[in-house]
This record gives sequence, C-alpha cells and structure tokens, in this order.
Amino acid sequence: MDVRVYITPKQGILDPQGVAIERSLPALGFDGVTDVRVGKFIELQVALPDGTPADKAHAEVDEMCRKLLANPIIEDYTFTVDEA
Amino acid sequence: MTAATPHPVRIGICVFPGINTDHDTWHAVTTFAGAEPVWLWHKDTELHDVDAVIIPGGFSYGDYLRCGAIARFSPIMASIADFAAGGGLVMGICNGFQILTEAHLLPGALIRNIGLKFVCRYVDLRVENAGTPFTQQAEPGDVLRIVVKHNEGNYRVDPVTLARMRDNGQIVLRYCAPDGTETGAAVSGTIGGSSPNGSLDDIAGVCNEDFNVFGLMPHPENSVEAGLAGGTDGRVFFSSIVDSVRDRVLLR
Repeated sequence: MDVRVYITPKQGILDPQGVAIERSLPALGFDGVTDVRVGKFIELQVALPDGTPADKAHAEVDEMCRKLLANPIIEDYTFTVDEA
Repeated sequence: MTAATPHPVRIGICVFPGINTDHDTWHAVTTFAGAEPVWLWHKDTELHDVDAVIIPGGFSYGDYLRCGAIARFSPIMASIADFAAGGGLVMGICNGFQILTEAHLLPGALIRNIGLKFVCRYVDLRVENAGTPFTQQAEPGDVLRIVVKHNEGNYRVDPVTLARMRDNGQIVLRYCAPDGTETGAAVSGTIGGSSPNGSLDDIAGVCNEDFNVFGLMPHPENSVEAGLAGGTDGRVFFSSIVDSVRDRVLLR
C-alpha cells in the first residue's frame, strides 16, 4: 500500500524556519501571509499480507509515526493510506 | 581498616557512526586521576561493567530524520536505558543530549536554533542545581564558560512539564550573561545574546526526575586542560561524576 505521512511542528511549538519564511515573503511582495509552518512529507510503500484489514494497516502506520517518523513531543502527524 | 587503592571509576563512552567528539571525551576522562574510559560500541549490548556512561556529541547517523532519532534504536541504547532504570549515571553531551530526549530518558526535545544557523562559540552557563551527581563539585550560581557547537540546541518542552522541572530543580544549567545575570530570554531572537539558540527558559542542561540522567548542549570535554584555549570550566562535570560514583560505592 501507498502511505503518505505529513509531519508538522506541534501547535504552540516555535518553528524557526516558518518564522524566517513568513518574514521573507513580504520582501517579494506577497503580503498577508501568516502562520507558516515547515514540516516533512514522507512517502512509504508498505507490503502487508493480502486481506490485512484496513484498521490494522492504519494502526501499523500510526505506530511507525509515533515510534520513529515523528517526535510527538514537538510534532503532529497525519497520514493517508492508499490500498491500491 | 586500611585504605585500599580505589578501584578506577570506569566511564563508558558510546560510539555511534557520525559521532565526532568521542576521542575528545575519551581524552578528557583520562585527565582525571582514578577515571578509566571504556569504549561502548553502538552495535553491542555489553556495558563492560562501567560505573557511568557518557554519550558524546557529533552527528549520529548523519542526524537524518531528527537529531538522535536513529541512534536511539541502536542495540547499545537498550542497555543504556536498562542501566539508567537501575540508577546508573548517564550524561549526554550535545548530540548525546538529543539522543537522550529522543529515547525519552530526558524530558523535552531540541529543535532548530532560533537564528537558523549552526552556532560555534563560547557561552556562559549558570549552575542552577549543584546538588546533582553531575554538578556536585560546583556551587549554585557558579558561572562556567564552555563552548557550544550545534544547529539544534533550542530546548522545547510543554508548559506542564516545564513547571514540574522548575519545581524539582531539573533545570541544571541556564545560558546567562558573563556576570551570571539572566539576559538570554530577552535577546534570544538573536544569536549574539547570552542564549545561542533561543532555548525555552534559557535552558542549557536538564536532569531526569531521578537525577541520574543528565543532558547538556555545551561541550565540557573541550574545557578540561589548563593552558589550552578551552579553559578548565568543563572539569566540574567529570569530577562530579567520578566523586558521585565513589560516594555510591562507599554507601553500598
């Protein structure tokens, strides 16, 4: 299955890169930009046995995110799973 | 009872691929009479009867994903977690601090410096808690001048944990002005002030709740020899560890 994981700095956690980008955009004439948050996008191919229920696949990806892909102390994550 | 020659205090130094201050740390330990450095290899699980563990600084596994995120899953880290759970002393320096937070042996996390730059310079540190096994040779309020060299030293933790850490005395070191006054937070938007990285509450070093695990961003191993550029302000952490181990042996 095709997994896409989106990781962003947790709300309330300072994002120095986001702040730098937010300050740079007006210099190029892009006004009105706020709340810039810089995160990560991770693509994975995961092979699970045929017939693995969708909730089990989701639980597995969620565990990957919690244990390694994201640090829940400073980051939030969401993911999509395409069974195709 | 006659005093026997004391058993050398064995200090394990953990080596991960990409760590680059392992030899500095080894050398620093050898400058202490009665201390004996011992290599700990990341693929091993054997701690070789060490009395304390130091995780040195560098860029373990290239700092891929997040600093310390991959090193945390090394075989040696499972042994170090067991060692810490049994009360063993563990000190993480710089990348070692980041690894300890990723392993949840210390609270919080270290993110990108507020100035988005790698910072390599001297900082002044105020000893906030001189009662820990890692700082017992210092006095509260002592100001130490030690070098930092990092890109991700900006300490972050949730407000509830931060309040608990303050109450417990787990905030061991803060960045400060050379005279010990607290000016870091006021100017943390720049890297020219006391704080090199914008760290929350000017935090430079923290302990766990049991005070047997300690992490700090500055590099005490580069400030142990008189006559060299780094000064000797880093000695206090190593001598505190050696004395703490000795005290524990006497208590046994």
